[in-house]
Amino acid sequence: MRHIISILMENEPGALSRVVGLFAQRNYNIETLNVAPTEDPTLSRLTVTTVGDDRVIEQITKHLNKLIDVVKLVDLTEGNHIERELMLVKVKALGAARDEVKRTADIFRAQVVDVTPSLYTVQITGDAGKLDAFLQAMAPVGILEVARTGVSGIARGDKVLSL
Amino acid sequence: MELLSGADMIARFLQDEGVEYIYGYPGGAALHIYDALFRQDKVKHILVRHEQAATHAADGYARASGKPGVVLVTSGPGATNAVTGIATAYMDSIPMVVLCGQVMSHLIGDDAFQETDIIGVTRPIVKHSFSINHPSDIPEVLKKAFYLASTGRPGPVVVDIPKDMTAPTERYEYVYPKKVKLRSYNPVSRGHTGQIKKAVDLMLKAKRPIFYTGGGVVTGNASEGLTDLVQRLGFPITTTLMGIGSYPQSDRQCLGWLGMHGSYESNMAMHHADLVVAIGARFDDRVTNNTSKFCPTAKIVHVDIDPSSVSKTVRADVPIVGPAQGVINEMISLVQGKDIAHADALAEWWQKIDGWREERQGKLYEPSVEDEPLKPQEVIEAICRQTHGEAFITTDVGQHQMFAAQYYKFDKPNRFITSGGLGTMGFGFPAAMGIKINYPDDQVVCITGEGSYQMMMQELSTCKQYGVGVKIINLNNASLGMVRQWQDLNYKSRHAHSYMESLPDFQKLTEAYGFTALRVDTNEELEPALERMLADKHELVFLDIYVDPREHVYPMQVPLGSMRDMLLSKTERT
Ligand SMILES: Cc1ncc(C[n+]2csc(CCOP(=O)(O)OP(=O)(O)O)c2C)c(N)n1
Ligand SMILES: [Mg+2]
Repeated sequence: MRHIISILMENEPGALSRVVGLFAQRNYNIETLNVAPTEDPTLSRLTVTTVGDDRVIEQITKHLNKLIDVVKLVDLTEGNHIERELMLVKVKALGAARDEVKRTADIFRAQVVDVTPSLYTVQITGDAGKLDAFLQAMAPVGILEVARTGVSGIARGDKVLSL
Repeated sequence: MELLSGADMIARFLQDEGVEYIYGYPGGAALHIYDALFRQDKVKHILVRHEQAATHAADGYARASGKPGVVLVTSGPGATNAVTGIATAYMDSIPMVVLCGQVMSHLIGDDAFQETDIIGVTRPIVKHSFSINHPSDIPEVLKKAFYLASTGRPGPVVVDIPKDMTAPTERYEYVYPKKVKLRSYNPVSRGHTGQIKKAVDLMLKAKRPIFYTGGGVVTGNASEGLTDLVQRLGFPITTTLMGIGSYPQSDRQCLGWLGMHGSYESNMAMHHADLVVAIGARFDDRVTNNTSKFCPTAKIVHVDIDPSSVSKTVRADVPIVGPAQGVINEMISLVQGKDIAHADALAEWWQKIDGWREERQGKLYEPSVEDEPLKPQEVIEAICRQTHGEAFITTDVGQHQMFAAQYYKFDKPNRFITSGGLGTMGFGFPAAMGIKINYPDDQVVCITGEGSYQMMMQELSTCKQYGVGVKIINLNNASLGMVRQWQDLNYKSRHAHSYMESLPDFQKLTEAYGFTALRVDTNEELEPALERMLADKHELVFLDIYVDPREHVYPMQVPLGSMRDMLLSKTERT
């Protein structure tokens, strides 16, 4: 099963490599990875999506917790949560396809954020499934470049991941 | 308030931390630190002849004393030479602090002379690592390093120190930090009481229980408590290789150690048990054999300080995360005054175990007969007799290691010093050196093989410099015996590169360093040679003992089998 693990870690050089290294060293898989500082400048938040059975996920979270740079973590998929990813896509937009791309973007609530005579750059947010669907819809028109941030997430309701 | 340079802070910190010896080797990036060490006389530096030996010496000391061993090396090749020793300590959870010189910070990343990203290289084999970014951080970072290395599940910590951080001209305020806190590091201080109660309930109701204890009991200083608990309950106990001595081996309740080359009765009892109480052990593959056939009828209680060890390879029915000592003490207070439910069943269980014991009695190996080469097993038994089972025994890796573990009987923890997890050839001699330097009045015997010994024998020079009187037993089978054994069993005796075509004259080699060496070929020569070796505690003596190269280590678990599937000799199996 796919899990989204969100980690608060020390905002220090080397911390990220310890987390990523752990996955490589223990043969765990990383589907997406996303990391940025938080409102507390001493902490970064790292979100990783990974796939594994319960035993593997238990080991992953235990080993992550053991890293000295990891302050706290949560497996978001254990409860209700909001999952978002941002994607920027450059698609061909020539002739009839130009309108078609715009219409499809509207359906997906995506925005065209840059234009040239021959292409559109579209920005879209949503869960990974929605982004995949958009790419599928755009495939016949011609996708030129894709930049995805990887999944970020947060728990629904009153639950808060903080120190 | 005191103003010190970074280098002086390091020397001063080590003094304040109570470090007596450090083991190391100088080089450009570490020279400011070496100069600071030169200008003081409290912390003594032992100059090894290879950085790997420095780590093993520090490691040996740490295993014997329970305190962190300290290593100092220079950048680049100095640091990379230390890697094997760091990995060795990591696998066996040994507290160690490794100080590495580094090129000046403005050169980092430029492929400067002797620059290696040692933090990167050692990342998967350390408990944690630090880089010094400012000289004034040195006291706190070092305190954190010692704190992390020696608490919770211990392990090695690397501190990378760019040369400019130790510049003698820049001085900063030094205060010894008595305490440090890391917000993300809070090792558990006690086990969950509810879980401990559940475990004790199972123990009181068990019919075929067995304790299985590991290195965590030794590092966790819990041997005394464990002995008390096991004796109150009257259960059998087996230990891992790392747990040897955590319960006195001469006691009737101790079945020896378990696993690949463990005792017949240990492995049989584990297989048939209905309750396994694991404490400070990690269900390593050399112990469990095939996990899907492991202990088919047993419930499993697993006590460990490291949550990631619990249910890693074998699912625990009652997981308990906590320090061995605390959990054991709570168990003792819970069993106090309680009766076990099935005393008859336990008596029957013991009958069964005694039956297994008797089955193999006197059949473990065939002693040598006249004109035949000595058997390695009888050599170990003789060493045990002559040292009254009280020496520090270090080993290298191979058949001699297994024989030492099987035939020397340990009643105390911290006495059998071996590289269990990584299996590092070359460990034994420098480890013995590190112990002997700190315990000069004890007998410290390194049991090695001619293969392993040749990986670190340059340390004779260090022993000469500091007058280190270790005893070296070279169980010389003129082959990489353990490899040869596997080739006999799995490759139709095709001995690909497992023999030694050109052995040196070990006697002359030892004498070249000014030490005594004797060659032993027969049973008659053995006892007098051992007496000679042990006569003066402070004298290094090397015994080159020629033993039967055809000997195999048995029992040996059959690959992919259960605990009880064992080869018992070249011709028998379970
Ligand atoms: C550094 C290292 N390299 C290789 C091995 C693989 N290995 C395990 S035992 C062994 C043979 C050891 O020979 P020796 O020291 O003579 O001991 P013996 O088995 O003959 O008693 C080898 C090569 C190892 N454990 N460590
Ligand atoms: Mg050999």
